[in-house]
Amino acid sequence: MEETKQDIKKPENLVYKKTDLMTDKTLSYCPGCGHGVIHRMAMEVIEEMGLEEETIGIAPVGCSVLAYEFMNVDMQQAAHGRAPALATGIKRVFPEKTVFTYQGDGDLAAIGTAETIHACNRGENITIIFVNNGIYGMTGGQMAPTTLEGMKSSTTPYGRDTKKMGHPLKMTELVATLPGTCYVTRQAVHKAAAVRKTKKAIKKAIEYQKAEKGTSFIEVVSNCSSGWKMTPVQANKWMEENMFPFYPLGDIKKPEK
Amino acid sequence: MEKELRLMKGNEAIAEAAIRAGVDAYYGYPITPQSEVMEYLTEQKPEDRSGMIVLQAESEVASINMIYGAAGAGKRAMTSSSSPGISLMQEGLSYIAGAELPCVLLNVVRGGPGLGTIQPSQADYFQSTKGGGHGDYHLITLAPSSVQEMYDFLKISFELAEKYRNPAMILSDGAIGQMMEKVELDDPVSRRTEEEIINDFPWASTGKKNRERNIITSLELDPAKQEQINLNIQKKYREIEEKEVRFEKVQCDDADYLLVAYGTSARLCQETVKLARDKGIKLGLLRPITLYPFPSKEIATMVNDRVKGVVAVEMSSGQMIEDVKLAVNGKVPAEHYGRFGGMIPSPEKILEFLENQIMGG
Ligand SMILES: Cc1ncc(C[n+]2csc(CCOP(=O)(O)OP(=O)(O)O)c2C)c(N)n1
Ligand code: SF4
Repeated sequence: MEETKQDIKKPENLVYKKTDLMTDKTLSYCPGCGHGVIHRMAMEVIEEMGLEEETIGIAPVGCSVLAYEFMNVDMQQAAHGRAPALATGIKRVFPEKTVFTYQGDGDLAAIGTAETIHACNRGENITIIFVNNGIYGMTGGQMAPTTLEGMKSSTTPYGRDTKKMGHPLKMTELVATLPGTCYVTRQAVHKAAAVRKTKKAIKKAIEYQKAEKGTSFIEVVSNCSSGWKMTPVQANKWMEENMFPFYPLGDIKKPEK
Repeated sequence: MEKELRLMKGNEAIAEAAIRAGVDAYYGYPITPQSEVMEYLTEQKPEDRSGMIVLQAESEVASINMIYGAAGAGKRAMTSSSSPGISLMQEGLSYIAGAELPCVLLNVVRGGPGLGTIQPSQADYFQSTKGGGHGDYHLITLAPSSVQEMYDFLKISFELAEKYRNPAMILSDGAIGQMMEKVELDDPVSRRTEEEIINDFPWASTGKKNRERNIITSLELDPAKQEQINLNIQKKYREIEEKEVRFEKVQCDDADYLLVAYGTSARLCQETVKLARDKGIKLGLLRPITLYPFPSKEIATMVNDRVKGVVAVEMSSGQMIEDVKLAVNGKVPAEHYGRFGGMIPSPEKILEFLENQIMGG
């Protein structure tokens, strides 16, 4: 017998349900953008760990500035780059709450470098989710600190010349050197297996926060089809071929037992 | 019961006030002439005394944003700094005002522009009363003129900030921060519990327990909605201007001439009033305690009643004078007299200026 659409929609046939911690609002992200998946992984972890009543998230300035429209937990919207300072301010007075920041590479590794490094260096018990798409998505594809050598952007139209513009910044390796960080990892969300790994990493990071181990820091290498001027499929391929060799995936630092 | 008395520096008095007023967090960055605030706090171990958190931030940019976070979570958070540091905080203050959060700042003003001098000044009047950062907003601004007021205004500032969900500024200067006077201390009150925070500040981001999520933001992309947000904030400012004006009058009942001065300048002007009265000049002093809201109505009333001329005395090249002139509205002569760059006006010179520029003119 052939299954109708109605049959498929029956509750007993459901294999996956959107977490209640994502609102029903349509995502504002471009098709294929990694932000939406990363939001969902963060919220699935918070839901599965039963932490929604005590979680406070910080949205950055960047494409994910409206993260608070999609993440169904208490949220604060920070000024550009200042999310780790807000998170510090909250966590110090509410140490029992779960506090995370969600930031792009311009936000975290350019204008917010000082706040990032010092929050990590103090070992604030917060979780930082760092979305590295190698570009300023929101403002129209300008160079980010993470833009690869030779990579074109709207402010490096002939490619990033490292003699003039410096080298792409590996913020994740940098914070891994700080004693305050407990767990530092680099993940991606371009394939189902990678998405699962990212979710696992976020879960570990929150667990370490609960165990008061220090700052947990997850970079997610992501795409920006609009900024990179590619189709979503091309963008993911380009990311695998160009971003991953420079920003290799995997754990960089784990807590000592 | 008799109140506890202690001889303290202005900067120490406000730090002691913070511990006793149930402040949850102080986030700051050292700068002269106010570093004693954080030094006193760390020395006092406020975490043991009241549970108050003290954290030295990596910059004033970070400290004001730590305040933003804590205030958004409904906690009593404060910082202190001096002019260059307060300049760095302007972005954060604009966000805090936009998100309508309460917090308290202390600016122990020093002479500028730039790195300027560490000597006292009142040159941050515009920055403090007119907004300072981007966008349409004000800071509720209180100007202490004694060490006791440094102590008292901390609590009052938090009450006003929380009532109107707006940042409040205590605009002091290097002289009041550094000088020692007798201070009457209150009994400590405890910090709000989480239940009290949820009850008093239902908007705070404390975790969404038994309610929809709370969002702390100053962002609204729809211009029609953003205009409405602005209108609501402005409505709040009109109410503040109506209800919260504070000032002190010294020998104003029969005054033919009036000095307007706050903080350290007001202390000097008290002496000028005496000197003038000795010479038979009926001089009075109006000391604005709130600089925003400014006592414009009171000045206008006095000018309509009998005052024939006004001098605004400031340790700046003339900032408050603009508000004084708006209040006087051309009815009588109103002029600025000031020293600046860390210099302090003398009571004699103030009187000389009054006699030459206002009475003789
Ligand atoms: C103080 C300040 N400077 C500049 C901007 C403009 N701005 C908004 S988003 C952005 C870059 C965001 O890039 P990124 O953090 O990489 O996030 P993405 O949009 O790529 O996710 C900039 C420069 C701003 N909002 N505030
Ligand atoms: S501009 Fe780039 S980062 Fe922003 S939503 Fe589009 S694809 Fe994502």
